[in-house]
Amino acid sequence: MTGLSSLLLTLVVLTDFVILGTSRLSTCIRAIGAQGLLLAVLPLALHPGWSLHIFGLALGTGLVKAVALPWFLRWAIREANVRREVEPLVGFTTSVLLGVAAVGVAFAVTPGLPLPEREGALLVAVALSNVLTGLIVLTSRRKAITQVVGYLMLENGIYVFGLTQAERVPFLLELGVLLDVFVGVFIMGIVVFHINREFDTLSSSRLEELKEP
Amino acid sequence: MLLALAIVPALGAAGAYAHRTTTYRTVWLLGAAAVHAGLVTAAWVSRPAPALGGWLALDDLGMLVLTIVSLLFLMVAVYTVGYLRHEDPRGGRAFVSCLLAFLAAASLVSLSHHLGVLWVGMETSTLAIAPLIYHRHDRRSLEAVWKYLVLSSVGIALALLGTFFMATAQFDVPATDRPLVLADLVRRAPQLHPAWLKAAFVFLLAGYGTKMGLAPLHTWKPDTYGEAPSPVGALMCGGLTALAFLGVARATQVVAAAGLASFVQPVLIGFGVVSLVVAAAFVLGQADLKRLLAYSSVEHMGLLVLGLGLGGAGAYGSALHLVNNALAKGLLFLAVGNVVLAAGTAGGTVRGLGRGLPITAALLVVGLFAATGSPPFGPFLSEFIILRAALAGGHTTLALVVVGLLATIFAGMAVSILRVVHGEPSPGIRREADHAWLVAGPITLAAAVLLLGLYVPAPLGDALRHAAAALGGTAP
Repeated sequence: MTGLSSLLLTLVVLTDFVILGTSRLSTCIRAIGAQGLLLAVLPLALHPGWSLHIFGLALGTGLVKAVALPWFLRWAIREANVRREVEPLVGFTTSVLLGVAAVGVAFAVTPGLPLPEREGALLVAVALSNVLTGLIVLTSRRKAITQVVGYLMLENGIYVFGLTQAERVPFLLELGVLLDVFVGVFIMGIVVFHINREFDTLSSSRLEELKEP
Repeated sequence: MLLALAIVPALGAAGAYAHRTTTYRTVWLLGAAAVHAGLVTAAWVSRPAPALGGWLALDDLGMLVLTIVSLLFLMVAVYTVGYLRHEDPRGGRAFVSCLLAFLAAASLVSLSHHLGVLWVGMETSTLAIAPLIYHRHDRRSLEAVWKYLVLSSVGIALALLGTFFMATAQFDVPATDRPLVLADLVRRAPQLHPAWLKAAFVFLLAGYGTKMGLAPLHTWKPDTYGEAPSPVGALMCGGLTALAFLGVARATQVVAAAGLASFVQPVLIGFGVVSLVVAAAFVLGQADLKRLLAYSSVEHMGLLVLGLGLGGAGAYGSALHLVNNALAKGLLFLAVGNVVLAAGTAGGTVRGLGRGLPITAALLVVGLFAATGSPPFGPFLSEFIILRAALAGGHTTLALVVVGLLATIFAGMAVSILRVVHGEPSPGIRREADHAWLVAGPITLAAAVLLLGLYVPAPLGDALRHAAAALGGTAP
């Protein structure tokens, strides 16, 4: 674990807090794009040596997470003409505090885990923090597009965990995972777009026609 | 051969997308489904060799899932020909292509012996279904597809985390072992790290369990089944759930081989009982037939993990129930689809199908008895084996509770379905819904589920025995 990768991982956690604390959707999307870029550089910093596998992983991640998805999400909010998250189920200050608690838990739990190599500890802690904060965003926000961002944070956390296994899990598989995430978010984005057209709002809380009588 | 099973439907999807007229697209659909079924039959005759360095292989459990998906898909394809004559889903071009893409992904899942490939196939099948639910482009189907996408995606993300945990559990094995390949995982199971293995199992169960619709992770199911077009609903409750169960079964296979059965069994039994309780509570008084089928599906998923958790003959019962569930629920969903075509709703206002739509009404009643596990249909046999496994394992109270819940579910489903069948026909029932294309599929499925109740063919019996052995169980 070099200084550079520690720095990158710290910045990843910082972008989580930006998303937790902001009401502006464009800031959310910029932050998730920045996180994607950090995650693309991370494998290069972790495994210096320029193998084709690592390089391909960095390139694919960068293209999907830092370029394509942010561009697509920005298209969705422009078309749908929404700017802000309104009345989240949990306030912004509270969600930042929850995020602090989540990160605290993640860092407290990690040293107890039996890890193959001690250097991986920071990676696992950041991965768990990202998974937890992603779940917080996913459950506490009303706007469908913020929920998509939360889902991406969750996926990014899993990706960071996957980096501990990067040398063993083959390239082809990672490509498949990236592609599935991309298509998944793409379909979610299309649905978000239609939600806006049908309901004139991006709030998933308006989706409450279907329930037990 | 193995690759062809996944590639044929994928090519069919592309081919169907290239055509503008519905007729050509349905030819692609039927053609690809028939070729796929032919390939599966050939695989029963002589088992194909593993491909891609052991990533793809066909064992008995995968064979069972592949067969039921292929049979169900063929019936759904036949049904879809009739269905597309009555309904013209918006984005009709994508409709057939998404169905075939689902078949391709489903084949990949049943064939994969690599947990990562399994995950990729599972995610692809989830995504292929999503546009199909949303084919009506109205508010209700939009809401349904959003719930389905968010919950399934989070579930499947947790399963990915579980998959990575499984890879981490392998850190002590020799470097010659292929990471995440099932055969190597099972062979080296005792050397896997138990803490990571347990964590992997919990996450895989939560992830794929969401996709199966185990309570309390089932909340997307009634809404999605209620809004999905009937052929899609049939594929989801017979096929998609079988794939998700395969995911849970693969995780169980590794954990059981590692000697951690005592850790997983209570978890599986717990999920099973909770699912049965939830299903019993919501089946009562459920007038909408599609939502009724969704809760019935929660019940059957509960029975599947219950059998898996009981071990012994329960694993055999689960494997058999997997087949029976696909046949019975496929039959019921297609029959309910005819009700929707004839009356425009699956709600409780329809009456008198017995005289208005006799063939469909008969299929509904047969489906009711089959899906609730009454003799002489297949599910009776599999539920009986699971219950006997519970008694053999000393879980007498559990067995009694399960019998009580099954009886409640039978009463609830019988009231809702028989109400639709009896009485004076509602005005406006379109009799053409008893058309040959629309009843051929469900009749075949009804015959198959009846056959399985009377006698299990020898090759199927062998496959079930081997599958049960792989899951750490025995034949009854």
